[in-house]
Amino acid sequence: MTTGKHLAFYASFGTVLMLLAVTAPLALAFGFFSATGSRAQFAPLRWISQTYMALVRGIPDIAFFLFFVIALDQGIEWLRHQAKCPDWAEPIRQGNDFIVCAAAKMPLNNAPESVHQIYGFALAVLTFAIVFGAFAGNVLAGAMNTVPHGQIETAEAYGMSHRQAFWRIIVPQMWIYALPGLSNLWMVLIKATPLLFLLGVEDVVYWARELGGTKNIRFTEYPHGDWRMWYFLALLVFYLLFTKVSEIVLSRVTRKLSRGQATAGGEALRKAGAAT
Amino acid sequence: MKTLVLTAAACALMAGAASAETIRLGTEGAYPPYNYIDDNGQVAGFERMLGDELCKRAELECEWVTNDWDSIIPNLLSGNYDAIIAGMSITPERAEKVDFSVNYTPPSYSSYAAMSEDADLTGGIVAAQSSTIQSQYVVDTGATLLEFPSFEDSLAAMLSGEADAVFADKDTLVPVVEEDPTVMWAGEDIALSVGIGMAFRKSDPDLRAKFDAGIEAMKADGTLNAMIKEYLGEDSPGF
Repeated sequence: MTTGKHLAFYASFGTVLMLLAVTAPLALAFGFFSATGSRAQFAPLRWISQTYMALVRGIPDIAFFLFFVIALDQGIEWLRHQAKCPDWAEPIRQGNDFIVCAAAKMPLNNAPESVHQIYGFALAVLTFAIVFGAFAGNVLAGAMNTVPHGQIETAEAYGMSHRQAFWRIIVPQMWIYALPGLSNLWMVLIKATPLLFLLGVEDVVYWARELGGTKNIRFTEYPHGDWRMWYFLALLVFYLLFTKVSEIVLSRVTRKLSRGQATAGGEALRKAGAAT
Repeated sequence: MKTLVLTAAACALMAGAASAETIRLGTEGAYPPYNYIDDNGQVAGFERMLGDELCKRAELECEWVTNDWDSIIPNLLSGNYDAIIAGMSITPERAEKVDFSVNYTPPSYSSYAAMSEDADLTGGIVAAQSSTIQSQYVVDTGATLLEFPSFEDSLAAMLSGEADAVFADKDTLVPVVEEDPTVMWAGEDIALSVGIGMAFRKSDPDLRAKFDAGIEAMKADGTLNAMIKEYLGEDSPGF
């Protein structure tokens, strides 16, 4: 239980939590920008936001994860190649091979393995954020439209500009409408973390498979049969606990945000408050 | 003075970094005794020893990278590592995409392992790892092929009764058959592999030449044979 491999397994839980901690705010930011973009007055911004949401939401996750990451990686290397090796004579595509000069490699070939892993992790975070940002954008755009129109009219009647009404009236109030959608996304994001494995990041699933696999006495000091079922069961419990905790937290947040809102939840809170 | 010392230190560091070229070796890490992950989470096995020795001889700095078997060739081509050393038999189909080094194991056998000696190998269900010479062969025998992404999965299918037998490189099955009393050989050994080699990008002949030279030298001085005997078993054919 304390071999180097097990330590790597425990550490991989940290990887997953870290991914969630970084990806969730990033995806929310992507979502917020595309949601505001999709209602912008400036048409090209609106088109970009809407295309982004429509495209990413329409492409199957797996295809996106397999294709986009390789494309992104090669794109970065291509750009670095153009910048760093302008007098490179050979073509970048040689048959099936993708060749850039050594200085353009990302990360450099002689970088320590940890740098390679961090780079892979960063690619994963970005990919997750782009995918979930599109969904979050759709949820937020819907939430912005749900804020009662009368409130915006009132704000404008008080002399607030378009921008002021947006920041002071819509943004603070939209969260309660966005929350059901966002909490759904959060749950889906938690469950999507095993996709890390597809991106070559050694996550909990990778190590559970590796540790649980049949261990022959020739190759290990701790031989055992096929224990993958037990390791996966442990993962199941981990994910269930994690989503359960999330649910509790999210229901508290909902309660908090409902205060004073013209929603059924807000009304229930007001009545409960009046009764005491 | 301080800057001078720092500059000197930086120069020394850079000189150290530049003196050895770093090569990334891609392997599967799930095919004992060729390559597997040891208790410390490091790549180990026959190919780890061989690769490290070859790198030492070629004066290269080598990093080990693990990658799924199914995507091991595409990731080589897109430059995630520089060579594959993963128990990959040399085949004409693969040679269309990558260039192989000279073989570092002689032509070797593939075998069936099953729970009973008279398992139906031509009409029954046979498990094998996908995209291997073995899975190709099973299709040709007329048996129903069950493909799995790793050797471990194909073995598990046989142990759970989902498949009548598992078909893989003999060297890989030897430890299983010898250590597990319920598993035994079935049918004849079949000479499938023409030898295992390292795979390189077609655009990388210089690197391939370095490793070719190392393998030839190890064949000549007998170290390769000793390594095969030590890791792949006494009965595994040598050069």
